[in-house]
Parts: sequence; structure tokens; C-alpha cells
Amino acid sequence: MAVKIRLRGLTKQFDVKGRAVIALAGIDLEIEAGEFFCIVGPSGCGKTTLLRILADLEQRTSGEIQVFRGLDNGSALNGSASGSARGTRAEQPLNSMIFQEQSIFPWMSVRDNIAFGLKARGFSRRDRYAVAEPFIHKVGLAGFEDALPHQLSGGMKQRVSIARAFANDPEILLMDEPFAALDEQTKIVLQGELLRIWEETRKTVLYVTHSIDEAIVLADRILVMTARPGRIKDILDVKAVFDRPRKVEAVKSSAQYGAMFGRIWGLLREEVAAAYAQEAQGQRSFAT
Amino acid sequence: MHIPTSIRVRGRTASAPTSTTTGRPPGPALLSRQNTERLLSILSPLLLLALWELFARIGTIDTRFFPAPSTIFQTFLQMLRPTPQFPQGELWANLSASLQRIVLGFLIGAVPGVIIGLAMGLFGPIRAIVQPLIDGTFPIPKIAVLPLFIMVFGIGEESKYAIIATAVIYLVLINTAAGVRNIDKIYLDVGKNYHASRWMMFRDVALPGALPMILAGLRVGMGVALLVIVAAEFVGAKSGVGYLIWTSWQVFQVEKMYVGLLVTAILGFAAAVLLDWLDQVLIPWRRS
Repeated sequence: MAVKIRLRGLTKQFDVKGRAVIALAGIDLEIEAGEFFCIVGPSGCGKTTLLRILADLEQRTSGEIQVFRGLDNGSALNGSASGSARGTRAEQPLNSMIFQEQSIFPWMSVRDNIAFGLKARGFSRRDRYAVAEPFIHKVGLAGFEDALPHQLSGGMKQRVSIARAFANDPEILLMDEPFAALDEQTKIVLQGELLRIWEETRKTVLYVTHSIDEAIVLADRILVMTARPGRIKDILDVKAVFDRPRKVEAVKSSAQYGAMFGRIWGLLREEVAAAYAQEAQGQRSFAT
Repeated sequence: MHIPTSIRVRGRTASAPTSTTTGRPPGPALLSRQNTERLLSILSPLLLLALWELFARIGTIDTRFFPAPSTIFQTFLQMLRPTPQFPQGELWANLSASLQRIVLGFLIGAVPGVIIGLAMGLFGPIRAIVQPLIDGTFPIPKIAVLPLFIMVFGIGEESKYAIIATAVIYLVLINTAAGVRNIDKIYLDVGKNYHASRWMMFRDVALPGALPMILAGLRVGMGVALLVIVAAEFVGAKSGVGYLIWTSWQVFQVEKMYVGLLVTAILGFAAAVLLDWLDQVLIPWRRS
């Protein structure tokens, strides 16, 4: 398979009260086109930062990012490509992000929320509604087109967020713990729906989660990150164990699931402990 | 025979014979707690008026200072009647003068207040320029600049518009700027990630996001406008509700003064109702 995203020595450094904090310490990574790629790691390991750099919401400190548009000519993000991604309506956007919290606009109807990216790309009202329409159905929100977000449940709001990203038809989908705030049952339902929609489009997905369980259910490959400074601890091949198309319940009830869970937790455990230690140290230095 | 309610209820669920022998069947209470409270809220002002009327009639209170409500109401009706001096009636002549000043002055202040406030919230340099001017002049009580405005604009209507506009613009501007700056950062991230243009960020994100705060600013601004106009009309006008209150006191027509106070109260109440309505029309997503 062709490489879609290539990261070379990606680093990110923050200044926190004059002290340099390294969030990402040299990430080398290749993600294949059409791959569902999950990133897990302890809190504060820089997984969200990695995603935000790819989404052009934060600047990297050093390193190289290549995103291969339409599978042929590569272009560097944060460089000329991000400028051209702003371009005409015909052009496919480079990436669309599905955010952690409720990120849909409370003052827009479901339909206008889903068509937001298309509006930004200059689609006329008629065109963008026409494009958005099938995605409203795909996420099961038919009949709620004109509802305002406050009339929807948490799960329905996140469905709008997913539809907004898919309707924008980006080269890459970036998802930052989209289901973290949902209850367990809603989460299982939405994971199933996400898999179904993703099977239809086979977009390249980068999915950040703190949930091992979620990563196993969704991913082709799982990247386990270390505690800060964020590095690659290991990459696990899930696709080799669980075939596509997948059913959430089938994965969760299989014998291999437990083994996979144990393996990932084995990798994560000491990193989580390290993250706790850092946090405690941070609080101590804060107190003095 | 009286049986305590709790026993009666318990008897009913257990279908004990005692319940059938009680007189009144256990049904819904005559007044729910909510209705009781509503009734009390209506009764308390009526009771106060009745006591006032009673004490005025029996001479417990000095009617030169506190004329009976019925007398005030008669004066009110009298002032609605046309006279040679006031073809529309004395009350309406004064009220319409005040209304015109409030509406025009309010608009002259509120519209630029919203625009400058949005610009301050969105653009750092504009904030840097305007903020010190606001901070430096805001503490001056607005009514204190009335002599200056009369000097510049004359004793006519312009000085009234100017004083109201000045009082209103500060509050609307400060609230609007704060509203924009307090927009949840995630909405700005979404706008950026979906490559919304500056205009779209302004119209689809910043403006609706700041709208609740803008309306709060309008609400406070309206309250201050009422305060300022009455005070301005005390000293620098030949018409208006403030003028009515002031001259009635000077010629010791206390009933007329009370009518002026009553009208001011109604004006304030009407403004609140209007702004509530505006809230519902403009920010329906706040109602849940």
C-alpha cells in the first residue's frame, strides 16, 4: 500500500513559565493510505499535540511532515500545501478534524453544522445541502436536519461532528477522542457506526484515544506512545488479528481480544506510572 | 373524624377499610406549591396598595407626601386627556419625548458599541488602541458630562441623544468585546481547521458566539439609558418624564410626580419585556 503521511523527526516543544517542556521527541512514522491508525498513550504524552500539528492548529518545533495528496505527489504540511488547501471549492481539503468535546456550533442547525466545511470551501447553499444530505442519513439524523444542538443528546451531537468531517471529504480524517465524553453504550453504538461509514469511504484516519478497548475495536494498527517526552514505544498490527469488515461485538467477545488488550496494557502500564510521577512532581514544584 | 393525610394515603395504597370511611377523597391539592407562590406574588403588591389606600384615607400617613393610590390613578387618567397646552394629553407629550430620546440615543450608542466591541474582541491592535481610552473614561459617571454636552450640542435634543448614547456605548462595547474573547476556543479551532474565511469567522462564529453577551450588554445599557435620561431631563429639558417628575415637585403637584414615577417603572418593565423577547428571537439555542 502507498504511504499517505510520513513524519520524520517530528518534535514539539512548549514553553511553560519559561521552562521548555518537550511534548514530542522525534516521531518517525509512516501511515498508509486508507489506514485506520490509532494512537494510545498516557495523558500528557503529546498524542493530541501530534494530531493538532497535523490539523495545522499548532506549529511543530522541528521535523518534517509529508502528506501525499491523491496518492501521488507529496506536499509538506505547514508549508505551501496548507496555503493551497485554503483554495477553491474543487480542491479536496487536506484534513478535517473531529474534536474531543462538543465542537458543533450551538447556533447552527444540524444541517448547517454538517455543511460548515463545504460553506467554507465556497459551495452555494443548494450545493452544500445536497452534499450534506446523504451524510445526515448515514449518521442516522434524518428528521433532525433543522434541530438545534441543544435539542440533541450527546451521542447525536457527536454524530453531527462525524458527519461534518466526512461531508467535507478530506484526504485525512483526524479524530481526537471523539467518544470520550459519551456513556459506554452510546460509545459502542457510535464505534459501530463509525466503522460502517469508514468502510464505505476508506479514508486515512488518525484516531487518538486513551481507551485501549476502543483502539483494538477500530484500528488497523495501534501506536503506543511513551510518557512525556512523547516517543513511539511500539506499533501493533491489529489488522492481522481482526479482519475487515468488523463488528464491535465480535471483536470484543473474541479470545484474541483479551490477549491484545493484555499486550497493550503491558506496554502502557509503566508509561502511565511515569506520567503519574511527572504529574506529582509538577504539582510539587508548583507548590514550592 | 380527622385522619392525618399520611395515614389516609397509606391506607389507600394498602386498600385498608379506613380510607373509604374518610370524608374527602384524596385527590390533587387545591393549589400546587407553584400556584400558591404565584398567587402570593400577585397578592403582596395588591396588599401593599390596599394598606397605602387605607392609611391615606384614615389619615395615618400624610397625603401631601403620599397621596392615596386612587388619587394618583385619577391624576393619571386626567393627564391622558387632551388640554389646550397638550393636544395629546400631558402624559403622552412627556412620555413620547422621553421615548424618542431613549430609542434614538440607544441606537446611536448600541450599534457602534457592538461593531467596535466585535472588532476589539477579534483584533489585538484595535483592542490595544481602544482599551486604554475605555478604561480611562469609563469611571466618569455619565451624567457628569451633561454640562459639557449641553455646551457642545446645546440645550436641545442632541445633548440628550449624546448623553444616552455615551452611557449605552460603554456597556455594550465592553460586553461585546468580552463576549468575543470568551467564545469557547474549540469553535475557533473548528473554524480554522475547516479553513473558514475571515468573514465567515466573523459572521458564523464570532458574532453568534458573542450574541448572549451582546444582549446582556444591551440589557444593562437599557437600564442605564433610563437612569440617565430621567436625570438629564431633571435639569436640562423642557419635556420628558424626568422633566414631569422634577417640575411636579417644584410646584408641589405630588400626584403628578407619582404618575411620573409610575410611568418610569412601566417604561423599565416594557424595556425588560422587549429584551426578553429579543433574547428568544436571537438566541434560541440558549433555551433548553
